Amino acid sequence: MIRILVYLIEIIVCFVLQSSMFHYISLVNVMPNLLIILVVSHAYMRGRMTGLLMGFFSGLLVDIFYGNIIGLYALIFMLIGYVMGYVNKVYSPDDYTFPIFMVAISSFLYDFFYYVFEFLLRGRLNFVYYLRRIMLPEILYTVLVSVFLYKLLHMINKKLDQKSDKGA
Amino acid sequence: MRRRTKLNINPKHVLIVCVLLCILLIAVSFRFGDKLLPVRNAVSTVITPMQKGINVVGTLISDQLDNFRSVNELLEENAKLKEKVDILTYQNKLLLQDKYELDGLRELFELDKKYIDYPKVAARVISKDSNNWYSVFTIDKGTKDGLEKNMNVIAGNGLVGIIVEANYNNSIVRSIIDDKSFVTGMFLKTSDICYVKGDLELMDENKIRVELIGKDAQVYDGYEVVTSHISPNYHQGILIGYISDIKLDPSNMTKTAYLTPVVDFERLEEVLIITELKEPLDGQED
Repeated sequence: MIRILVYLIEIIVCFVLQSSMFHYISLVNVMPNLLIILVVSHAYMRGRMTGLLMGFFSGLLVDIFYGNIIGLYALIFMLIGYVMGYVNKVYSPDDYTFPIFMVAISSFLYDFFYYVFEFLLRGRLNFVYYLRRIMLPEILYTVLVSVFLYKLLHMINKKLDQKSDKGA
Repeated sequence: MRRRTKLNINPKHVLIVCVLLCILLIAVSFRFGDKLLPVRNAVSTVITPMQKGINVVGTLISDQLDNFRSVNELLEENAKLKEKVDILTYQNKLLLQDKYELDGLRELFELDKKYIDYPKVAARVISKDSNNWYSVFTIDKGTKDGLEKNMNVIAGNGLVGIIVEANYNNSIVRSIIDDKSFVTGMFLKTSDICYVKGDLELMDENKIRVELIGKDAQVYDGYEVVTSHISPNYHQGILIGYISDIKLDPSNMTKTAYLTPVVDFERLEEVLIITELKEPLDGQED
């Protein structure tokens, strides 16, 4: 139960930060994608199921708040969470570089799908421009932030693990 | 398996269920988009106070940081600015001369701007769309303060955008530089109609694309573009920006150009909302 509550709080905090701190933390007009870090880190630490649900709910929140079509972000986030959940098989508590690599890949996937759905379908074909202007900076920034955020999330996860071990 | 039976559910099944749910949601929101508005309203009513709080904290921090700026930097800047003042005073004189001439000409042509005093409400920008692709932002006033969908948003004396969604205590504004934005504009001097269309590729250069200017329109760089009388949602005569780079299209029928908006979208913190909706066009001719 506590775990679910903590996850919910994490999602809301990340979302609020991402959408409201834009004045203060954006570099070259690009924001780090905190939610994708959240989803991938948990998928990596806890497996497919957590990644899936986490992705679904954070995507849904974004959808309800900003998207025109409810369900699109949820679908993208969820699929990324699920696929990244397979990586859980090689999870090791001491490895801090691998998840960051995964965050980079997911961030790219997310942006790519986003481009396809929202821009390509409207006839905007200049992929290279979007890649240079938005995707690459966003991925770099996200990776940078994930170095710290992953550590934090990992710590929280460890605490939760200890607690549930005690409880069981 | 230390965690009860919960883990025994195959993630694959959950995936399938959730994917179906998503597809259903997408279909539903395509078909009955309006029915979902209450849900959005509820969620955003809860989240908005949090965003407001974060915003206050952020402003405090950034103000503090600004105070720490070294004196040296300011001195240097002062010297530079003094130099600039000299140059600008000179330029200003030239411009004033031009202005007198312009005023005279305007009187001749009776081209006074039609800024009717609309009732306005000020609001603060509290959050931006959580991804980097769009220029949609949220302001801290909503239906509670009398805002409605399709109200025009301005800043300074230029057009910012339009309210696309009014919730209880916040509203979502789509700015004119947004990739999906589309405004019918008009050249103040010649009354030629054009279409002002946001484009992500031009956002960095702080420009907007202007399309479908008539081939015969006698327009030149630097002309003012205002919102037109045929636009269904925008009030007439709000300044959008200045035109540049006019080019004839390959089709030889229309011209395309770029427009520099008068509003600085990078540093948009407070906006004004015209709390009067444009009346529907039904009654009017042309």
